[in-house]
Amino acid sequence: MSSCRKRCKREILKFAQYLFRLITGTLNADSVEDELELSAVRHRPEALELLEAQTRFSRKELQILYRGFKNECPSGVVNEDTFKEIYAQFFPQGDASTYAHFLFNAFDTDHNGSVSFEDFVMGLSILLRGTVQEKLNWAFNLYDINKDGYITKEEMLDIIKSIYDMMGKCTYPTLKEETPRQHVEIFFQKMDKNRDGVVTIDEFIDCCQNDENIMRSMQLFENVI
Amino acid sequence: MAAGVATWLPFARAAAVGWLPLAKKTMPKPPVDKKSRNDEILFVNVSGLRFQTWKNTLDRYPDTLLGSSEKEFFFNEDTQEYFFDRDPEMFRHILNFYRTGKLHYPRQECIQAFDEELAFYGIVPDIIGDCCMEEYRDRKKENQERLAEDTEAEMATDTPLPPHSTSRERLWRAFENPHTSTMALVFYYVTGFFIAVSVIANVVETVPCRPLKGSKKDLPCGEKYSLAFFCMDTACVLIFTFEYLMRLFAAPSRCKFMRSVMSVIDVVAIMPYYIGLVMPENEDVSGAFVTLRVFRVFRIFKFSRHSQGLRILGYTLKSCASELGFLLFSLTMAIIIFATVMFYAEKGTKGTNFTSIPASFWYTIVTMTTLGYGDMVPNTIAGKIFGSICSLSGVLVIALPVPVIVSNFSRIYHQNQRADKMRAQQKVRLARIRLAKKGTTNAFLQYKEEGGFQFRESDSALCLKNRSSFEHQHHHLLHCLEKTTNHEFTDELTFSEMCMTESVGYRTSRSTSISSQQGVTTSCCPRRAKRRAIRLANSTVSVSRGSVQELDTLQVHKTSAGPQSRSSLNARTEDLKLNCEDRDFTAAIISIPTPPANTPDESLPPSPAIPGILRNSRSSFTHETVKISSL
Repeated sequence: MSSCRKRCKREILKFAQYLFRLITGTLNADSVEDELELSAVRHRPEALELLEAQTRFSRKELQILYRGFKNECPSGVVNEDTFKEIYAQFFPQGDASTYAHFLFNAFDTDHNGSVSFEDFVMGLSILLRGTVQEKLNWAFNLYDINKDGYITKEEMLDIIKSIYDMMGKCTYPTLKEETPRQHVEIFFQKMDKNRDGVVTIDEFIDCCQNDENIMRSMQLFENVI
Repeated sequence: MAAGVATWLPFARAAAVGWLPLAKKTMPKPPVDKKSRNDEILFVNVSGLRFQTWKNTLDRYPDTLLGSSEKEFFFNEDTQEYFFDRDPEMFRHILNFYRTGKLHYPRQECIQAFDEELAFYGIVPDIIGDCCMEEYRDRKKENQERLAEDTEAEMATDTPLPPHSTSRERLWRAFENPHTSTMALVFYYVTGFFIAVSVIANVVETVPCRPLKGSKKDLPCGEKYSLAFFCMDTACVLIFTFEYLMRLFAAPSRCKFMRSVMSVIDVVAIMPYYIGLVMPENEDVSGAFVTLRVFRVFRIFKFSRHSQGLRILGYTLKSCASELGFLLFSLTMAIIIFATVMFYAEKGTKGTNFTSIPASFWYTIVTMTTLGYGDMVPNTIAGKIFGSICSLSGVLVIALPVPVIVSNFSRIYHQNQRADKMRAQQKVRLARIRLAKKGTTNAFLQYKEEGGFQFRESDSALCLKNRSSFEHQHHHLLHCLEKTTNHEFTDELTFSEMCMTESVGYRTSRSTSISSQQGVTTSCCPRRAKRRAIRLANSTVSVSRGSVQELDTLQVHKTSAGPQSRSSLNARTEDLKLNCEDRDFTAAIISIPTPPANTPDESLPPSPAIPGILRNSRSSFTHETVKISSL
């Protein structure tokens, strides 16, 4: 009750001030507060030597990566919207935002809502220079949306739907409603060995290591940089 | 602490010798300075312009890019200098900041470019010196306002409706943006016409017409043709009521709508009529009722929906509220002062008009606004003197706030014009974006059909003509996505044609416009896929499909250039399995899932028989395996 009264008083005071200002004709003072809000985040990455030690990139590669990163995001961190925008430019036909969201969460290992250069480079290091085990681990982490160690059918369905979204609508053959669901079924048939409805990390890694195609294609993106 | 103070630190420390004789306890050990004291000159190359500075200068601000270890990322070993690919002109200001501790804003530069440079070098704009701070702030505010307008214009209601909009949303859209549909436009003009008719009727009603036969007095037309006017009034009010109710129904937020100015005007415009219907033909009450009719003139304000100029005027007055308030206040002050003075000056005169101070108000107002009716005139000398002072000061007081109001109006008017221009440019911009998107898709499709993925030694020069490595890699990425989902990209034309021929071929009555894509899923392509699958099962070696019936319009020639030619390129054997079960299911980014050739393998060699126009609209079918060249 007292808070209500306080609010009332504040409102009345504001109104009286407004009236007074109107009558005496004082011009609006420039609202000083908001203007130069320091663009909140300015992040500086670790030293080059440290990053060199922590990742599997050479000094030159790190330099190249950083220059590109800094060009896109001068403040030093990527937030989710920028990330989605950047990713969407590669898939003009479809809608890449959902998948970019999952991807962002996979890169943002400390879950603070922004991807710094360290996160970025660590992720890339795993993806490009890591062992097969590490890469599979990363993929599992990507699929496991709530990071509880199990991939459920719903999580997989979300991921697969987002991938299909990126195709857009002009595809051949046309995208049907049940295509993602079928895809999920196939995946679970293959991966879920003990038929308990979820895929654990061990099942996943085991299964992938036994699959020739997957193993071979893991080598594909080695020389992306 | 300010940067420059650091240079005086050694002096302060040396002067501490003066405390030594007085100290009560022994002095603590000094910190060991590990860093070498040598200062070195750093070379900074910004887009070719070479700057040189002391390392210490840059170290003054350790939380910026140049002052921290972050600049090591930009160190070029070969030339032993720091290379930045940025604007060299702006860098001059940045470096000056390090030297003098004050950041200056170059007036001729774009504020956004400047901001970006600051963000890149990690400098916070607060440090801008006082000399340039005001200019910076003003430009920034102006830019932000403009950006806000732009985003508003983008989200303007000119954007096409989302496909699943209810009738209510469509109705609201039609009301807010009449030029979106013909019906809305018609309604818009009809209401405008009736507003005009109603206002004119109100005016003409009071004009004296020729009197009835046998009567001398002139009658106002309203009473002579009362029935006609009543009918016209009824019609107008009916239309207005109908419009108001429709708007109320369609409004997304009814509370907000009812509080808006336009809705209040609408209500006020039609209320008198209804009150008049309800009220009895009572003599004394109808006196009050007649005054209610004056509110009918508010119908003229309904025109503001139709006229942008009126809206601008209204908005100007609203935004100049404080100036107007000041004008009013100062006028009131002056009126009271002068009225009092005139009253006491003219008090002695016999038969004077200045009977009281409030009565003198009228004289003061008329004089200050330089109207000068002459119904009240001072007679005494003192009165005349004060009267002249009154008229002179009136001119001054009124002339002062007027330019402010005028400049406000001009600013808002230009803003509006700019919004209109933005909206016109929006269409061009959207069209350009769509074109760019189509261009990418077409480039990709062309790339695929030229078999860009096949590492053909002989044709490599031809195939990779004019394509940057970026494009190659991008196409590779898109191809990976296709493989993941086992669907292919096509362009809109092919897609719509495909679905049209499908539905025509199978006599489905579904509409095939692109906007109804969601519906055209089940019947469109699965049957055809099955047909093709069946056909392939019967053909092992290359079958040239001269005329595929469904694809007549596309005139595609498909030859399944056999797997034989490809098998040499990749070790996997392809068995033409037709079930689509074994699809890929691994991480989309990393690996390319390669289905064991379940889809039919057809390549599309550029056959000259096909008319050139429809080349690009061909739908290319899945290549079954992907050989990854070292991209």
